[in-house]
Amino acid sequence: MIDLHGFGPALAAGTLMTIKLALCALVLGLVLGLAGALAKTSSSWILVYIGGLYSTVVRGIPELLWVLLMYFGTVNAMRALGTWLGRPDLELSPFAAGVLALGLCFGAYATEVFRGALLAVPPGHREAGLALGLSTVRIYWRIILPQMWRMALPGLGNLFMILMKDTALVSVIGLEEIMRRSQIAVTASKQPFTFFLVAALIYLSLTIVAMIGLHFLERQASRGFVRATV
Amino acid sequence: MQWDVILQALPKLLQGVVLTLELVALSCIAGLIFAIPMGIARASTRWYVRSLPYGYIFLFRGTPLLVQLFLVYYGLAQFEAVRQGPLWPYLRDPFWCAVITMTMHTTAYIAEIVRGALQAVPAGEIEAARALGMSKTQTLLFITLPRAIRIGLPAYSNEVILMLKGSALASTVTLLELTGMARTIIARTYLPVEIFFAAGVLYLLIAYVLVLGFKLLEKVLRVDTGQLGR
Repeated sequence: MIDLHGFGPALAAGTLMTIKLALCALVLGLVLGLAGALAKTSSSWILVYIGGLYSTVVRGIPELLWVLLMYFGTVNAMRALGTWLGRPDLELSPFAAGVLALGLCFGAYATEVFRGALLAVPPGHREAGLALGLSTVRIYWRIILPQMWRMALPGLGNLFMILMKDTALVSVIGLEEIMRRSQIAVTASKQPFTFFLVAALIYLSLTIVAMIGLHFLERQASRGFVRATV
Repeated sequence: MQWDVILQALPKLLQGVVLTLELVALSCIAGLIFAIPMGIARASTRWYVRSLPYGYIFLFRGTPLLVQLFLVYYGLAQFEAVRQGPLWPYLRDPFWCAVITMTMHTTAYIAEIVRGALQAVPAGEIEAARALGMSKTQTLLFITLPRAIRIGLPAYSNEVILMLKGSALASTVTLLELTGMARTIIARTYLPVEIFFAAGVLYLLIAYVLVLGFKLLEKVLRVDTGQLGR
């Protein structure tokens, strides 16, 4: 089939790195998105303002710029922090910078998805919790979040696919994921089309796996619900 | 924050803005032109008409823009036939490579928007047109498409903003658009925070102007009154 010139294992290692990066950024993004959505739907105007600022500013700036800013822009800040901690050579690794940048971007979009889902939970459920004397935290943890999850899942799935494709951007700061590994293979083999095509096929198969996984997650989350017929 | 550095870099950054705008405008307009027939074919009820656009859309939405860009810019040079071919002066130029890739990428997304918009046109309106004796082509041109444009416009404006952010990737194929220009200036001044901050603000400004422009267009096309059915 396709001659990989012995770069197969390197590409496999790159794929593993891409998956790790995507999952770590997903966790950070989900936390940020949930925080953003709770801030945007809260009753305090300052939190609403901060949440709105976060989702607007982050969504208006290219992901690539965030990756570069996270990596090159934090050098001085990290050095200052390192000197204070007594380790002057402290710096963000490309992996950490990638997780922070992609998580930040995912979180900004997830803020909107979570907000929509939060608003879709009937207010009566919250009031019922209040009437039962549950605390606010308990109402969120026991009543609102489990129901919101089901409605947020399709939107989050789309965002995860976008996130997975955005991991390719982290190759620009030198993280050895699929793209970077293919670039190395291209320099050695002088066959750019072959290796970038292989990279594209790997991303495509990752997307397909994610699609199948999401399908099952959605089925799991919406069990007991009849699909609405419009 | 060294404001004088930002002020000094501003003329160069504005040059980058011009190139960014050229990339976005060319690819979004060309993408729309290609996407309309593709979206119509994608919405067809015949499987053999539907399957080819479906495959194209799946391939281009399932792989990262960066991979596609590298495939076109670095990959095509692998083939002797391309290098001898009549299109080589264009395929050698990073600007045209970026425009071609971004156009192909955004065509896939816009075609999906067109399909969604076409299928959202109320069936009753199409039936009314048919009942009035309009041919299938007339119905498509005078009833379905004008309605679909109004339905799809908000989604199209989202896609344009996404392409604005995608255009940052053109910096990886040596183009000096806004991100590329910022990186060049940083290589000389070693002030990543200031310059990336300025570039980010410029991106936000462009996005803001674009959003305002589309709001105006929606007003001109009376998108809201159309939706309400008057």
